[in-house]
Amino acid sequence: MPFPLHGRLKIKSTAQQEEEKRKEREKKLKAFVSARDAVLKKRSAGEHDEEALQLTQQLLSSNPDFATLWNYRREVLLHLETLREKDEVQKLYESELHFIEACLKVNPKSYGCWHHRSWVNTRLPQPDWTRELGLCDRCLSLDERNFHCWDYRRVVVKESGVSAEQELQFTDRLIGSNFSNYSSWHYRSTLLPQLHPQPVPDSAPNTICEEQLLKEYELAHNAFFTDPNDQSAWFYYRWLLGRAEREEMISCVYVSREGQRVSVAFSKPVHSEGLMLVLDGQPQQVEWRSAHPRFRHSPVWLCDLPPGSISDISNEHNLTIHWTEKHTHRDCALYTECEVCVFVFVCVCGRSELSVEKSSVLQAELQSCNQLLDLEPQNKWCLLTIILLMRALDPLGHEKETLAHFQTLKEVDPMRSSYYSDLCSKFLIENTILKMEYAEVRVFSLSNKNLTTLCHLDQLLFVTHINLSSNQLLRLPPQFAMLQCLEVLEADDNAIESLEGLYHLPKLEEVSLRNNRILFSKKSKCFYKKPLFWCQSQCLIWPCFKDSVFFINKPIQTYSRAKFCYSPLF
Amino acid sequence: MLSFCVHFPGLTESVIAAACSRVGQNVLHLDRRNYYAGNWASFTFNGLLSWIEEYKVIILSFSLRYKFMGTYVKFIDETKAPLTSCQPVNAETVSEETTGDSTEAQDTVTGDDTTASDAKTQNEEHKVSEPKEEQHTSDISEPSQSQEEKDPQPISSPADPPVDVEKKITYQKLVKEGRRFNIDLVSKLMYSRGALVDLLIKSNVSRYAEFKNIGRILTCRNGKVKQVPCSRADVFASKQLTVVEKRMLMKFLTFCLDFEQHPEEYQDYTEEPFREFLKNKKLTENLQDFVLHSIAMVTQQTLTEEGLKATQHFLRCLGRYGNTPFLFPLYGLGEIPQCFCRMCAVFGGIYCLRHSVQCLVVDKASNKVKAVIDTRGQKISCSHFVVEDSYIRDEQRQSTISLVTIPPLESSAPAVRMVELCSSSMTCMPGTYLVHFTCSSSGTAQEDLAPVVSELFHVSTIPGEEPSEGAEERSKPAVLWVMYFNMRDTSALDSSSYSLPSNVHVCTGPDGSLGSDCSIKLAESVFHHILPDEEFCPPAPNPEDIIYDGDGPQAEGPGFDESANTEADKSQAEEEGATHEKSPSTESSDPAEMDSVTQQAPSDTTPSSEE
Repeated sequence: MPFPLHGRLKIKSTAQQEEEKRKEREKKLKAFVSARDAVLKKRSAGEHDEEALQLTQQLLSSNPDFATLWNYRREVLLHLETLREKDEVQKLYESELHFIEACLKVNPKSYGCWHHRSWVNTRLPQPDWTRELGLCDRCLSLDERNFHCWDYRRVVVKESGVSAEQELQFTDRLIGSNFSNYSSWHYRSTLLPQLHPQPVPDSAPNTICEEQLLKEYELAHNAFFTDPNDQSAWFYYRWLLGRAEREEMISCVYVSREGQRVSVAFSKPVHSEGLMLVLDGQPQQVEWRSAHPRFRHSPVWLCDLPPGSISDISNEHNLTIHWTEKHTHRDCALYTECEVCVFVFVCVCGRSELSVEKSSVLQAELQSCNQLLDLEPQNKWCLLTIILLMRALDPLGHEKETLAHFQTLKEVDPMRSSYYSDLCSKFLIENTILKMEYAEVRVFSLSNKNLTTLCHLDQLLFVTHINLSSNQLLRLPPQFAMLQCLEVLEADDNAIESLEGLYHLPKLEEVSLRNNRILFSKKSKCFYKKPLFWCQSQCLIWPCFKDSVFFINKPIQTYSRAKFCYSPLF
Repeated sequence: MLSFCVHFPGLTESVIAAACSRVGQNVLHLDRRNYYAGNWASFTFNGLLSWIEEYKVIILSFSLRYKFMGTYVKFIDETKAPLTSCQPVNAETVSEETTGDSTEAQDTVTGDDTTASDAKTQNEEHKVSEPKEEQHTSDISEPSQSQEEKDPQPISSPADPPVDVEKKITYQKLVKEGRRFNIDLVSKLMYSRGALVDLLIKSNVSRYAEFKNIGRILTCRNGKVKQVPCSRADVFASKQLTVVEKRMLMKFLTFCLDFEQHPEEYQDYTEEPFREFLKNKKLTENLQDFVLHSIAMVTQQTLTEEGLKATQHFLRCLGRYGNTPFLFPLYGLGEIPQCFCRMCAVFGGIYCLRHSVQCLVVDKASNKVKAVIDTRGQKISCSHFVVEDSYIRDEQRQSTISLVTIPPLESSAPAVRMVELCSSSMTCMPGTYLVHFTCSSSGTAQEDLAPVVSELFHVSTIPGEEPSEGAEERSKPAVLWVMYFNMRDTSALDSSSYSLPSNVHVCTGPDGSLGSDCSIKLAESVFHHILPDEEFCPPAPNPEDIIYDGDGPQAEGPGFDESANTEADKSQAEEEGATHEKSPSTESSDPAEMDSVTQQAPSDTTPSSEE
C-alpha cells in the first residue's frame, strides 16, 4: 500500500514546511553570494571564459536585474566571438536568447533582460526576427501593458520590416481586448500618419486624412462611452483633435528712441543665436539679452543700440530684424517725431491648442461629447474635452459655458482644482488678448477674473497699463519682466507674495499693491540687491526692505498707494 | 468496515467521496456502469453509440422537469450516402410501471415506494435520444462565421479556424475518429467564480485537469446570431450598440456589481419582474434582452432582486480567466467528476465499476444502513451510503467555445441555451463542432428544440440530401448527426421526501442551470452532515510534503509520481472489488437474514433512440 497508517497520508505540518523553506532560502542565499563574489573576482581579473558565462547564468536566472552581470556577460561574449567560427557564433548567441527567455519568465519587466536581448540580436549573424516578433506577441498577450516589451517590439518591427498595416491591426487587436492601453493607442498615433497621411501636401506633420480620422473618432467614442473614466482613450482623442503647431516667427518689435533699445517678441521661446539687427542698412553689433536674466530660452529678447544711433528725433530710421535660423526677418520704420514704435505683426495666442482646420468635424465632436455629458454630468474628462473643443470652435462665444464647466470640474475633481484654475486663467487671458486684437489699445485689464496665474506675457510686450486687481495671484513671476513698456501696474486685492518679475521693468512708474501678502524676509524670493528709489516716503520704506525684522508677513497695504519711481537696474 | 459506500457517482457523489477520503475515511465507490461519472460522463462517439444502444434496453421512468437535446456534429461531407440515417423518433415516455423492466431494478422495498410515488406525482417522462444522421456539404457553423465577421481580432488561439476545413467528413470517418470525441451527457459550463471552480482550486483537484475559457457569448435574435456584449471589451467592440446604449449598458452593469450598496435604486421593484426594472432603467429593448436572457439568464417572470443577483454573479466571474465568465474542462465535463474520483483514489478510495448495489441492510432500531449487498450477493458493511437519484449531462465547446442564449420564440416557451464546442476543446474531431441545446422542457426534447435547431442549422429531411442551391439553407451549417433526449432534473426535490435510513444520502442529478453550484453545495452539505467536524476538501498536499515512513526506501525517492500511484491504486481498487465477487449472481443473495432490505433506487436516464 502506498499509503500506510490506515490509508491516511502523513503530511508535514505548516511549521515543518516553513522551517524547510527558511533553510532552503538560507542555502540559496549563501550559494548566491558566493557565486556573486566569484564572478566579480573573475571580472576584475579580466577573465573572459566559458566559466564566466556559466556563473553569470546561474546568478541571472535567479536575479535577472543584476546589471553588472549582464555587462560582464557582454564582455565575455564579445571576447568569445573573436575566437569562434561564424556558425559557432550563431549558436552561441542563439543559446543566449534561450537563456534570456528563461530570465524573462522570472521578471518580464527586467530592463537588463530586454536590453541584452536587443544587443544579442545586433550581434547575431542571422537574427530570426519572426521568432522575436512571436515572443513579443506572447509576452503582450500575458501583459498587454508591458512597455519594455512594447519598446523591444518596435525595434523588432523596424528590423524585420513588418508593414505598418499589420501593426495597425495588431493595435486593433490589443485595444479590442483591453482599451486601457496607452502603449497601444500611442502606437496607433505613430502608425496612422504613415498609413493615412493628410493628402494636402503642405499640411502639418503627423496629421491623418479625414476619412480615417472619422473612423478613429468613432473608435475613441466607443471607448469613452463604454468607460468614460478611462483616461487612455481621452488622451488619444486629444491627439486626434489635433494640436495647433505655432509657427515660429517674430510676432512683435518694439523700438524706443529714449531707451535706445529694441525689444523683439517671438511666437515661441527661442535662443538668441542667429538674431541680427540691421539699422539703416548697417548690421549692428549688439548684445542680445532676455527679459529676465534667468531665461536662456525666451520669447522676448532685448538689445541696446549704440549710443546716439537713433536718439535724434528728427531722423527716420529703418530697422530689420533677421532671424537667420528660420530664414525670416521683419522690417520696421522709426519715423521722425516718433518717440517709440511698436510693430505688432501677429497676435498668436488666444487660439486653442486644437487645430481649427475642420470646424465642422469639431462641431460634430462637440455634439458627441455633449451627449455623453448629458449621461455623465460629473465626468471630468468629458468636461475638459468639451472645454477644449469650445475653445477651438469659438473661444469668445463659449466663454460663459466654459467658465461654468470649469466650475463643475473644480467641484468634481477637487484634487486638481488648482490645475483647472490655472487653465481657466490661461484661457481668460487668451480671450482678453483676442478682444484686444481688434482694439488698438495698450491698456490691458484683467481685473476680477479669478486669475491664479499669469501667462502669455510675451504677447503683451507693448502694453503700458495693466490692471490685475481682485484676482488670486500669488506672485508676479519672472516672465512679468517681458512687459517692457509697462508704466502702470495695478494689482490690489490679490495674494501676491513675490515680486520677482517687477525688478526688471524699465518704464515702470506707478505700482499699486494694496491688500496683498508680500513677504520681506531674508528668505524672500524678492530681489533687492540694489536700493530702490522710492519717490515718496523713501526714508521710511527702504530700511524696512533691508531689515526684514519689521515687516515679515505684514501686508504692504500699510503704505497705501505705494507710488514709486524706479531706477532701471541695468 | 467501510466508512462510506458511494453508489452511481455523479459530480456530487464524487465530491463527497473525495472529501471523505481526503479526511481519512474509507470510501468504496460502486458503479454498475463501466465508466465514471454517471450522467456527468463524457463519451467518445463510439461510446455514445453504445450508450444509446444500452438505453434502448433499459427504460426507466422518471419525473422530468428538465430536458435537453444532445449532440450535433456538423460537417462538410462528401459522401452523399449518410451512414446511419436515423429518422428522429421520439421514444415515447415509458410509464412508471415499466420500472420493473430495468435490469437493475430488483426488489421493491418500502423506502423505494416513496421515491417512486414521488416521481409519479410529476410529469413522468424520461425520454432519450433519437440519433439521426445527416450528411451534408456545407460550411462551418453559422455562429462561427458570424463570429469571424464580427470579431476581427480573435483573442484566443487562432488555431483551426473553421473556414479552413475544406475536406468533407463522412460518417465512417466519424466512427473511425470516434475517439476524438468527448460528448458530454450534460451541457454545463463552469462559472469562473462559482462553487465548483473555487472547490477545484481550494482542494488542488484542479491540477488533474486542464481548462479553456469560453470565447464568446452569443444570442439569437430574429434569426440572427449576435454577440452579446457582456464585458467591457465586448461593449467597446460591439458594432450593434450605439454609443449611448453602450453607456447605458455599462452604467447598468456597473450598478449591478454592487447593487446591494444602492438599495434605493431597486427597492420599488423588489416585487416586480426584473424585466420591469430593466425597462425602468431606460435600457433599450435590445439591451433588456441581452441582460435578461444572456447575462442574468433568467426568465421574464424572475423578480428583480434575483435578476440582479444573477447579473452580479455573471459579472463577478468576468475577467478571472478571460473575457467571458466561463470555463470548460478540456476533454469534456466528464473530466470533473473523474478528477474528484482520482483525488479520492489518491487518498485510498476504492473503485469498482460494473458493480452495483442490490440492496441495503438497514438496522431497524436506528434506521441506519449497516451494510449493502452488491449484485453478486456480497455483503459490504458501511457506515454511510451515498447515492445519486438521477442522471446529469454536460456541455461542450468550440475553437472558441460559444455560449448562445436563444430567447423564447413565444413568451411561453422556455429559453434555449446552446453551447457550441470546438475541436480544440478536445471534445470533437477537427473540422466538426459539437453543439448542445438545453432547455427546461415543456414537451419532448425534439418538440422543444427542433424549431431552434432548424433555425440555426440545416437539417435535411432526406439523409444525404444536398442543401438546395442558392437556398438560404445553404448558408447554414449542416447537421451531421443529432440526438434528442430528455433528462430528469431532480435538483428541486427535497431528499427528505424519501423515507430512507438516516445514513443514506441521496444526491440529485444535474440541474438545468448553466453552472454546477447546486451540486457542489449539495456535496458540501452532505459532507458536513456526515462529518460535521471535518474540513471540506482541504488542499491536497504537494507530493514533496508527504512523509513516508516504514515504507521502504523506494517510496521516499524524490520522484514521487502521483499519477503512477493513482493508477496503481485504481487497479488495486478494482482487484479488491473483484475479490468481493463471491456470489456470482444477484439472485443468489438472500435478503432473509437482514432486518430490512431496501432496493437500490435504480438509475435515471431513459434514452430511447430509433434509427
